[in-house]
Amino acid sequence: MANGQPNAQPPSGNFIKAVSAVVWKDLQAEFRSRELFSAMLVFSLLIILIFNFALELDVETRRSVTSGVLWATFAFAGTLGLNRSMAIEKDRGCLDGLLLAPVDRSAIYFGKVISNLAFMLIVEIIVLPVYSVLYNINLFQPGLLMVILLGSIGYVGVGTLLSTMSVQTRTRDILLPILLFPVVVPVLLAAVKASNGFLEGLELSEFLLPINLLIAYDIIFIAVAFMVFDNVVEE
Amino acid sequence: MITVKKLVKRFGLKTVLRGLDFEVQPGEFVALLGPNGAGKTTFLRILASLSRPSLGEVNVAGYRLPHEAAAVRARLGVVSHLPLLYGDLTAEENLRFYSRMYNLPNMEARITEVLEMVGLENRRRDLVRTYSRGMQQRLAIGRAVLHDPDVMLFDEPYTGLDQDASSMLDEVLQTVAAKGRTVVMTSHDLARAEDLATRFDILSRGVIAASATRRQLRRSNLLSFYKQALAD
Repeated sequence: MANGQPNAQPPSGNFIKAVSAVVWKDLQAEFRSRELFSAMLVFSLLIILIFNFALELDVETRRSVTSGVLWATFAFAGTLGLNRSMAIEKDRGCLDGLLLAPVDRSAIYFGKVISNLAFMLIVEIIVLPVYSVLYNINLFQPGLLMVILLGSIGYVGVGTLLSTMSVQTRTRDILLPILLFPVVVPVLLAAVKASNGFLEGLELSEFLLPINLLIAYDIIFIAVAFMVFDNVVEE
Repeated sequence: MITVKKLVKRFGLKTVLRGLDFEVQPGEFVALLGPNGAGKTTFLRILASLSRPSLGEVNVAGYRLPHEAAAVRARLGVVSHLPLLYGDLTAEENLRFYSRMYNLPNMEARITEVLEMVGLENRRRDLVRTYSRGMQQRLAIGRAVLHDPDVMLFDEPYTGLDQDASSMLDEVLQTVAAKGRTVVMTSHDLARAEDLATRFDILSRGVIAASATRRQLRRSNLLSFYKQALAD
């Protein structure tokens, strides 16, 4: 551009490319450092171990608490991952580097959501068999896996937005759970009820409402985050 | 190339910029000088579309902020005292990532060209976290010029650099400026600013308190001009 036409292409055709660039960058960096993933995984395993020893229950009672224990584990580990994911962007000024790119800023949001979701799902995939062994419960049911996916999308969708806000404060580690948990309660409640329905072997019609709510929350949270992200990141 | 009229920036009750007027012609190298807290970084962040003005008009490279921010960002390169680079990626991976974000054509050729320009071609596959502060800053400049921007903003680029690294950065900055780019640089280092810039603006209490070109300064020197501007 200094000597002719700009090298940077118009932002309109760059959305998907920018989203995939953010995802690639996050996965590549995490593959090297394994900081975020190992912290989330160790934390998750510790939580289910602690619950395992704390709740000395019979098989039936264990089945009834499983969905609660699982979602508490995912929520706490997810907060850890969300915090770390945005801290990496903030610490070396990389968030400014992202915001300086001539792309629609929602591309950055979607890129971070996809990579955060990937980290959370990988942790969940490892936690589920460990939980199954420890609690002697079969968690590999297609319906339950679908609920875990839907719940994780909602959690990460709103969590990514809030972690972008909290990372810009000095008290980011404390602030994120304080902001996130009250907002994400509807997702967690719906996810716990829907998971419980599958674990208890109920008829789908008996717990269709929480599944529908989960889908609705996912759409609403991601749409709202998409609309406000630009304002959240700009001073 | 840059036109700013009656710019006001408030953070809550605190007003940092108070009706600032500023204009830069194409190819000018402006050193923006001033004490800590004068509003230099805030001003540069507004020019870079990282911060919204509270009031006033800001035009960069023919586009109006904040409405045409993406178009401005496509023509803008920014270097700050932070490298804006990922430590767990190599130099070429960092540049590849930013090339994708800028949707650059001929990405690999441009990355090689930039790495040669900043003298890091032989370290291109090393993780950035293994680089010295000076090398990181040179790569940061490489990142900023990757899309060949018209306008470059440097916010205290010498912060934390030793003498050797600063001298190397001088050379890279001179190369960047020699390509006819418009440059605005904030600095506390008057000697370096005097060597590089063609115009010197003193920012004090949220406005441009004084401005002089290199030619106008011949009869005096930058230090006395700076002191005089702050005293007035």
